[in-house]
Amino acid sequence: MIKGNTKANRTAKWLVSGPPLLFLLVFFVAPSLIMLFTSLRFPGEFGGLAPIAAPAEAVHGEYGLTLETYQFFFSDILYAEIFLKSFAVAAASTLICLIMAYPLALLIARSEKRFRNLMVLLVVLPFASNFLIRIYAWMIILGPESVFSHFINALLGAFGIAPVTLLFSPFAVLVGMVYVHLPFMVLPLYTNLEKHDPALLDAAQDLGANAWQRFWRVTWPLSLPGVFSGAALVFIPVLGMFAVPDILGGTGDILIGNLIKDQFLGTRDWPFGSTLSIMLTLAVLAITALAAWFARPAAIPER
Amino acid sequence: MALLEIRNVTRRFGDFTAVDNVSISIEAGEFFTLLGPSGCGKTTLLRMIAGFDLPDAGQILLDGKDMVGTPPEKRPIHTVFQSYALFPHMTVADNIAFPLKMAGTTPDEIKSRVREALDDVRLSNFGNRFPQELSGGQKQRVAFARGLVNRPRLLLLDEPLGALDAKLREEMQIELINLQKERGVTFVFITHAQNEALALSHRIAVMNQGKVEQLDEPSRIYGFPKNRFVADFIGKISIMNAQVLEAAPSHLTLSVAELGEVTAPSKEGIKVGDAGVLAIRPEQVRISHHAEEVELKNHFIGKVRGFLYVGDVTTYIVELPNGARIEALLPNSAPGRAKFFEAGDPVAVSWRHDAGTFLND
Repeated sequence: MIKGNTKANRTAKWLVSGPPLLFLLVFFVAPSLIMLFTSLRFPGEFGGLAPIAAPAEAVHGEYGLTLETYQFFFSDILYAEIFLKSFAVAAASTLICLIMAYPLALLIARSEKRFRNLMVLLVVLPFASNFLIRIYAWMIILGPESVFSHFINALLGAFGIAPVTLLFSPFAVLVGMVYVHLPFMVLPLYTNLEKHDPALLDAAQDLGANAWQRFWRVTWPLSLPGVFSGAALVFIPVLGMFAVPDILGGTGDILIGNLIKDQFLGTRDWPFGSTLSIMLTLAVLAITALAAWFARPAAIPER
Repeated sequence: MALLEIRNVTRRFGDFTAVDNVSISIEAGEFFTLLGPSGCGKTTLLRMIAGFDLPDAGQILLDGKDMVGTPPEKRPIHTVFQSYALFPHMTVADNIAFPLKMAGTTPDEIKSRVREALDDVRLSNFGNRFPQELSGGQKQRVAFARGLVNRPRLLLLDEPLGALDAKLREEMQIELINLQKERGVTFVFITHAQNEALALSHRIAVMNQGKVEQLDEPSRIYGFPKNRFVADFIGKISIMNAQVLEAAPSHLTLSVAELGEVTAPSKEGIKVGDAGVLAIRPEQVRISHHAEEVELKNHFIGKVRGFLYVGDVTTYIVELPNGARIEALLPNSAPGRAKFFEAGDPVAVSWRHDAGTFLND
């Protein structure tokens, strides 16, 4: 292969990286800018946006650009509370996904090679059926007359605890979130764990490490890149998810996603919806930056 | 009492017997080598000593105590792995500290022991590096340091020099001998490289198909191979079919087909009429221009069929009248001289009456 900065090489580079770059410019950067611009405008009288300049026949209404929606966002503690709650749900979902996915990923990575692909296929199999159908299925499973509900309440009753309603509760939201996002945690973990050199565990054992020490001192630190990418793949989508709390949550279980959706489709206050979106994007960026800093490669050099 | 005693150990995998009734005892302070081709069972045996595998039959005793119920992490035996198996997420110092931490050594003690270990392998300034920042030879030395730092009763070395180039290999061999001498730790070394085994070991067990073919000092393994496998596996050797005509206490007289009589050193258990082979090392064969029939013992006429120049020596392949080929080795002591004979030259080959070995199995 010819290396170096030849003209043909440069053309090839642009041909390969150009289309996705263009795609992202048109469908990510441009909409983000539109969103930012929208957040600075006034809502229209009947929803949508007010014009920037006052039309001649206008009698009332406000025009031009404003920071009013941002003021509104910061003036009401309610929004901060919903943000915090959303982060708490996202963090809890991520943690539960991690705890459930790690043993599974480890099991797949350490099983015989010929079974691994089949097991990975089984992990992603739920994607074959529609997401909403699977969430509605949980509505039935968690419903008050379901076998599962009866079983849980019988169990609680045995300990003298009053029966509980599972559906339309924060619990149901969490179950739905974990269920939907579990494969996104399993796959990066498996990809990482599968690459571990088994000789390292033999060496650790040979040098005196028991099973727990082998996990904690060798497997876990080497899997951190997988843990971080899995966490990002769960945490960020959960933060913006509105379908799960819509279907499985109660009236009090509103998260940012629902709030934003309502601004656009319900209240039709586009500027405030845009402001909420921008705040969410900023929060996600801040958290990603923080995670990237903690997981910086100096601490875990790639092999 | 031997430090390590391997007593009638057998290990089977399905129909395949990887280790077949092997008994070896290794003394404290010894540099012991298990030598054999791949698949001979040496790695299986090593894994059983380390505790990663258990014998189907027989016992492995350390200081007279059966190790069967002791898992690898509880055995005072450490291993230097072929791939080094250094922990990539730990610095060199943390790698070496690992066995000490596992043993619950105090932080102060760990610090001084790690520094000492780094000094021993001449890597004093490399403690903060990560393994992937080291060269092959440096990684190797870290692996030695990590294996030795907690003063194991036994250090197992699984082809540790296999991944190094020839020059570095020789350097590491010398370093390994010194390290073993200084620390007085018993080494069990595994290799398929016979020259490495000869250079390093106090004693060698040559293994083939799960069995020990010969267990002896290097010079005896090389000079007096017990059977055809050992003769063939260790060094170069020429082999001719032969039959015993006379078995005297001082010597054997052999008849080699279409060649005549050959005198060979006597050997226990050989009777008149036994069939076998005469094996002789190239460096024991003299080659000369005198291409006339002379009535001398072990003196034959032949023709040079080819030669192999490797710098310091040239090996000549000589075809004898009976069609057998015998190799003779000549040092290139004359400056600028690559060979003394051309292909096709008529030559005489001869060897002393006490050179060569008769092998009947």
